[in-house]
Amino acid sequence: MSKKSFRQAINEALRQEMRRDPRVIVMGEDVAGGHGGTSGTVDAWGGVLGVTKGLLTEFGEDRVLDTPITEASYIGAAAGAAATGLRPVAELMFVDFVGCCLDQIMNQAAKFRYMFGGKARTPLVIRAMFGAGFNAAAQHSQALYPLFTHIPGLKVVVPSSPYEAKGLLIEAIRDDDPVIFLEHKVMYDDEEEVPDEAYTIPFGEANLTREGDDLTIVAFGRMVKLANEAADRLERQGISCTVIDPRTTSPLDTDTILDCVADTGRLVIVDESSPRCNMAADVSALVAEYAFDALKAPIRRVMPPHTPVPFASVLENLYLPSVEKIEAAVKAAMGHRVPEIA
Amino acid sequence: MQIARETLLRSYRAMRTIRDFEERLHVEFATGEIPGFVHLYCGEEASGVGVCANLTDQDTIASTHRGHGHCIAKGVEVAGMMAEIYGRRTGVCQGKGGSMHIADLSRGMLGANGIVGGGPPLICGAALSHKTLKNGAVAVAFYGDGASNEGSTLESLNLATVWRLPAVFVLEDNGYGEATGASYACAGSQKARAEGFGMPYLECDGTDFFAVHQAAGEAIAHARAGNGPAMLHVRLARWYGHFEGDAMTYRASGEVAAARADHDCLTIFRTRVTQAGLLDGTELDDIDSAVRDEIESAVIAAKQAPLPEAADLLADVYVRY
Ligand SMILES: Cc1ncc(C[n+]2csc(CCOP(=O)(O)OP(=O)(O)O)c2C)c(N)n1
Ligand SMILES: [Mg+2]
Repeated sequence: MSKKSFRQAINEALRQEMRRDPRVIVMGEDVAGGHGGTSGTVDAWGGVLGVTKGLLTEFGEDRVLDTPITEASYIGAAAGAAATGLRPVAELMFVDFVGCCLDQIMNQAAKFRYMFGGKARTPLVIRAMFGAGFNAAAQHSQALYPLFTHIPGLKVVVPSSPYEAKGLLIEAIRDDDPVIFLEHKVMYDDEEEVPDEAYTIPFGEANLTREGDDLTIVAFGRMVKLANEAADRLERQGISCTVIDPRTTSPLDTDTILDCVADTGRLVIVDESSPRCNMAADVSALVAEYAFDALKAPIRRVMPPHTPVPFASVLENLYLPSVEKIEAAVKAAMGHRVPEIA
Repeated sequence: MQIARETLLRSYRAMRTIRDFEERLHVEFATGEIPGFVHLYCGEEASGVGVCANLTDQDTIASTHRGHGHCIAKGVEVAGMMAEIYGRRTGVCQGKGGSMHIADLSRGMLGANGIVGGGPPLICGAALSHKTLKNGAVAVAFYGDGASNEGSTLESLNLATVWRLPAVFVLEDNGYGEATGASYACAGSQKARAEGFGMPYLECDGTDFFAVHQAAGEAIAHARAGNGPAMLHVRLARWYGHFEGDAMTYRASGEVAAARADHDCLTIFRTRVTQAGLLDGTELDDIDSAVRDEIESAVIAAKQAPLPEAADLLADVYVRY
């Protein structure tokens, strides 16, 4: 056990799985970097944010492949390789670039098993960073997990901390279905205690980061952290919250969500993705259908407006869910009169 | 080909403006005041300017993540660009886009682009508009050696020929896509790619304004005359990292210094025009100082400009909703 960053936790998961299983390979744009450069430096980048640093040196060119800028073909190649004996972890860099290769994910990898009558296995992991908070603007800041969640055949992981990231990534690599693994770009330097040895966290099992009596908060990815901060503040004001981190949006641990709502009778959902057809909508529908009688107040959703992600900090801050917005939503659900936060 | 005096003066001014704009951003970025990602065009000025000197406001260009130079070359206003990069309400995109999304449709500038390979298909569409509307205009896609490998780019080369579009594909080959060399990433040859898609291929030294102007002039004339697309392969060097903050460990030490010393498009231009007696050194000096002032005031104005307002967040998602 030692303190590790989100970045280190992911790197360690990749390293340990590559040591364990020679079929695990890593590919993507500049996952090593330096090929064709004039300095002769190998592993010049190790990923744009250094997440895959050192893998090339340890595992060599056959298992760590730099790709040209050609997402449709290398993501498709990863899917094809997965269906034929390898266990690729392909890095898409920014999840927004899925626009360039969605067919290979949505129409190919996701559907092989079903279309082929159960004959295919596609142990593919696609890693990508997502999320706003970096002034990266409309094409580099989206939180697209609902897009993937919508597609039958894909599993979707949204880790909320370094510990979660390591265990969930190892699980993803060992899983025999295509998994989309989404890393919030603002979290790479977050640190916490992470075991040195390999461990897995099963998909579809939510984590209760705290338990309370008054209200349930369901939050995804980085929003779990904000939800816990809000819950700390609310605790001091006499409101006790359960915070659920579903960990995976597909499969979704519906039992835990319904049980907690049955216990608390109130629900706030915190979702960084665009508000239409997102996880907040999905969870709301679930609760409205199966836990309607338990609800003591309308469900509240904290999420961005239906706009692209703006560039300027003032707008990006308004756009994003925040601790204050979560706190206000919880109080509103508790029946307190609260001033509206934009 | 004889180039008009005003064109030479305007082009020098544009190149100098790009240079100073980018060098200043390099300095300002290091202070932490500029948000987001910034990709500098320093060293590549003669390409954007040499190409755009052959274009009018009716012609369309599409740019890349490294877009400041193309914007300035196409006539986008510098103060508005600077304000945009600072995330101000007075920016050309009201602070909503930032460095990677500067656009000015009134200047035929269809936008910088955060998506590699995003521009070439759009340029097929712009060229289709020009062709269908019979307005005599052309559309030009700037794209990098890295972008040359995107499916969207290769599909666009094909489409442009199939539809015989007035489109020009300007491949700005600075030898790198991020930290990966073009010699690793680009299979075959760009010439063979152009020829494979049935379009003329031209090549030029992108640090020589005159060479770019000449070659781009031919490619653009070909497209404008209704003969279909052409590819112009411009060879360049970028003087800074892929983005600000990149330590460039993949480049040999001295590579950038050599480019700066021996292939500075501004020096090459100055020597050429003064030796040939086309322009006077003092005219160029005057431009240098005017541009210095312009950039200085753009930075001061940007820093003082108002931030976007809360209501801006919800505005302009749609024309009508
Ligand atoms: C579809 C897509 N893939 C990857 C990226 C990340 N990226 C941004 S710029 C860049 C390199 C582009 O290289 P090149 O086209 O040669 O342009 P240059 O940076 O050299 O001007 C990459 C990989 C992106 N923005 N969009
Ligand atoms: Mg390049």
